[in-house]
Amino acid sequence: MNRVLNSVLYATLAFAVLMTVSVWGLNPPSATDIPGSQPGIHLVSPLPTGDWTMPAGDYANTRFSPLSQINTGNVKNLHVVGMMADGIPHGHEGGPLVVNKTLYMVTPFPNYLIALDLTKPGYPMKWRFEPNPDGRSQGIACCDVVNRGASYADGKIIYATLDGNTFAVDADKGTLVWKTSVGDEDLGETVTMAPIVVKNVVLVGDSGGELGVRGKLTALDLKSGKILWRAYNSGPDKDALIGADFKPFYPKDQGKDLGVSSWTPDQWHMGGGTIWGWISYDPELNLIYYGTGNPGVWNDDMRPGDNKWSITIWARNPETGDAKWAYQIEPHDGWDYDEIMENVLVDMPWRGQARKLLLHPGRTGFMFVMDRETGEVLSAENFVPVTWAKGYDLKTGLPMEDTDKRPHTNHYARGVCPSSTGGKEFVPSSFSPKTGYLYIPAHNTCMDYSGEDVNYIAGTPYLGASVRMYPGPGGYQGELIAWDVANAKKVWGIKETDLPVYSGVLATAGDVVFYGTMDGWFRAVDARNGNVLWQMKLASGIIGNPITFIGPDGKQYVAIYAGIGGWMGAVALPSVSTDDDYAALGVVGAMKKIKQMTNPGGAVYVFGY
Amino acid sequence: MSSAIRRLAVFLFFCSLPVLAATPELRVCADPNNLPYSNQQQQGFENALAQLAASDLGMNLSYFWFPQRHKFFRNTLQAGVCDVVMEVPTGIDVASTTVPYFRSTYVFVSRRDRDLHIESFDDPRLKDLRIGVHVTGENDESMPPATALIRRGLVRNLDGYSIFGKLSEQNPGADIVYAVADKDIDVAVVWGPLGGYFAKHSSAPLDATPLCAAPADRELPLWFDISMGVRPGNEALRDKLNDFIVRHRSEIRQLLDSYAVPLVSTPEMTCE
Repeated sequence: MNRVLNSVLYATLAFAVLMTVSVWGLNPPSATDIPGSQPGIHLVSPLPTGDWTMPAGDYANTRFSPLSQINTGNVKNLHVVGMMADGIPHGHEGGPLVVNKTLYMVTPFPNYLIALDLTKPGYPMKWRFEPNPDGRSQGIACCDVVNRGASYADGKIIYATLDGNTFAVDADKGTLVWKTSVGDEDLGETVTMAPIVVKNVVLVGDSGGELGVRGKLTALDLKSGKILWRAYNSGPDKDALIGADFKPFYPKDQGKDLGVSSWTPDQWHMGGGTIWGWISYDPELNLIYYGTGNPGVWNDDMRPGDNKWSITIWARNPETGDAKWAYQIEPHDGWDYDEIMENVLVDMPWRGQARKLLLHPGRTGFMFVMDRETGEVLSAENFVPVTWAKGYDLKTGLPMEDTDKRPHTNHYARGVCPSSTGGKEFVPSSFSPKTGYLYIPAHNTCMDYSGEDVNYIAGTPYLGASVRMYPGPGGYQGELIAWDVANAKKVWGIKETDLPVYSGVLATAGDVVFYGTMDGWFRAVDARNGNVLWQMKLASGIIGNPITFIGPDGKQYVAIYAGIGGWMGAVALPSVSTDDDYAALGVVGAMKKIKQMTNPGGAVYVFGY
Repeated sequence: MSSAIRRLAVFLFFCSLPVLAATPELRVCADPNNLPYSNQQQQGFENALAQLAASDLGMNLSYFWFPQRHKFFRNTLQAGVCDVVMEVPTGIDVASTTVPYFRSTYVFVSRRDRDLHIESFDDPRLKDLRIGVHVTGENDESMPPATALIRRGLVRNLDGYSIFGKLSEQNPGADIVYAVADKDIDVAVVWGPLGGYFAKHSSAPLDATPLCAAPADRELPLWFDISMGVRPGNEALRDKLNDFIVRHRSEIRQLLDSYAVPLVSTPEMTCE
């Protein structure tokens, strides 16, 4: 008895000692038991063990798959087991879903939803849902007529069409359940992002920051499609759903009605700050996280002030929409650094302490590591060459800007890195708990603003700056970067000479990282050292996100879209001329070679091993 | 000539007649809803000008309608669905442009009952007024009047109006002039043809006073020459249109006057 008591006592003591000497001991048991994970890493959202039901696979946006049938040893055997073209020669962003032995694909405009039967050879089409979006939206969307995917919940596939409608489609029958308009196309609002579903709430943002719309997040009831709440990214606190719970970390983000006072009178009505990227959700804190885009209007001389809440990361309650905190990454944007990038949620040791982290590889070129409970920036190191700012002051949360790199009317900034397309674009990174690395699809382009050309719109002449974009230091344009989160440094990279890396990334428990290149290579590399283990050239350039799933036969498969397009990739489309280097904000100059490297075309590929 | 061959020759002659008689087409791209420039009912001055040019050149007039927004030139001239856009700034790089057929500037639009008659960015009254300007949303755009006003420290007085307005409304670009009539703003600084036309047709009487530029703004383009634009390479059509313009200067001028387009004759528009 005594001995038993003693051993219990010793065990308790030993445990207490462990608790105090080891920070790992403070962590609750992992919700996702990944053999071989780095010590202390805890993932807050269930991982996709068979189906792939939401844009990132998991709520935390790790895009990590616990599947390991395909691994570093056998990935060389990967081969095409199914392929379907959709005949739409535009950018295929986002990725498919797999639910209940069916693969769902959302196409670019006209935004078909296509269901493929995975139980039969050749994956025949079960049905095609045609939402018939308003054709005018094609002329309004800024950067190709893309769509970034769908979510599955409650027997429904939820996705949004370019003309600003959200659809719920019966996942089995392919019939309409409900349809709700979330944007006003007449005002230039479109929707390109992939909605997510949290509990009974569908969350969907908007696009069209170039047209001076007022960015907002809309919450819809999953059952009926009824609008539950809306949170605007400019205007008074009541419109931004800022109330008593709102506790931003930095004084610069604190105060009443900053969405009004950080603008000249009434300019917040066209405040931009749209939401066209990814939304994350932490089920333990019950908070959603997302970033907002550039402020309207584009000419920053016309909008003195911080222009809140553009270029901002929000934390909100998904059911009420109430804001918990906000952090404006870049006040008064001058470079079009939309920060709609993914926010990857990971609990892990940080500088010796267990922290609830939010990882945000930014368009600004900085890798933000934040405490997602408070909104404090713990680290902001650049992951690509950056010249617009020397770094971040972590005490104030403000960038240390090089004012000479900020263009104004008649001030021509040169050597601005990254260019407006950013250190990375919206294409999402992936985090592996086994390596502790974030795999970032990065760009390395810089730009010069120079003289202004006469231009013309809606009957009125105006001036547009000439922007020239070119490869950054080192002379290459893209790189897949493995970023060691805990040590805030790059561990390896795979460079692309002529093109940025513009596809999403998937990391798996098989220690394989999948991604694609704009000239059409689909690649599997070793998660630890970046060695290319397998690659195959697809019919068109890749700007989509890879996914993985377990097929009806119990085996693991990998799927990806081919289909060049998007803002940068649109240069490959026949309708875009490469005569003018300065077109599309200089993107044409940087992307000239793409016409020789790939052709348009849209298809989903499925690979087996 | 055998009779068979003669019959064939006669047959061929008649076959070719319709071809010889086919009237060439003047294919115009225009905005279906954007007065005073054009609309689908063909009530704009671009429509009238296109009709004039087509009859003069002995061509049939046809339209391809497309809102004049982003990608307008890509979806119209460059796509080959038409051959001419009736109104573009002279020298714009997406088109081969004709000789200019008018030059206009910006106008200050205000309610007549306010009796303002502002004609200069240096007018001291501006600092106490709400001033409407158009914004385009094109990447890194700037409207020269907005730049001139910002230079004078008046940015807090500016109200931006999207040049696109709301597609479902008639003449979306006119919102800013209606805002003057409705007293939402005190004055609007807008491109002359738009300001002149809607000031003239407003139910509340409005003045549209052309701008006179201060020397300080000399490097800002505050007036623009306007031409017709054809696809680069189609210089044959451009030359025909040049010829038409040169021969019809006075008719074109009358047409523009009837739409209250403010015309500027000299680049030296300094205030007296």
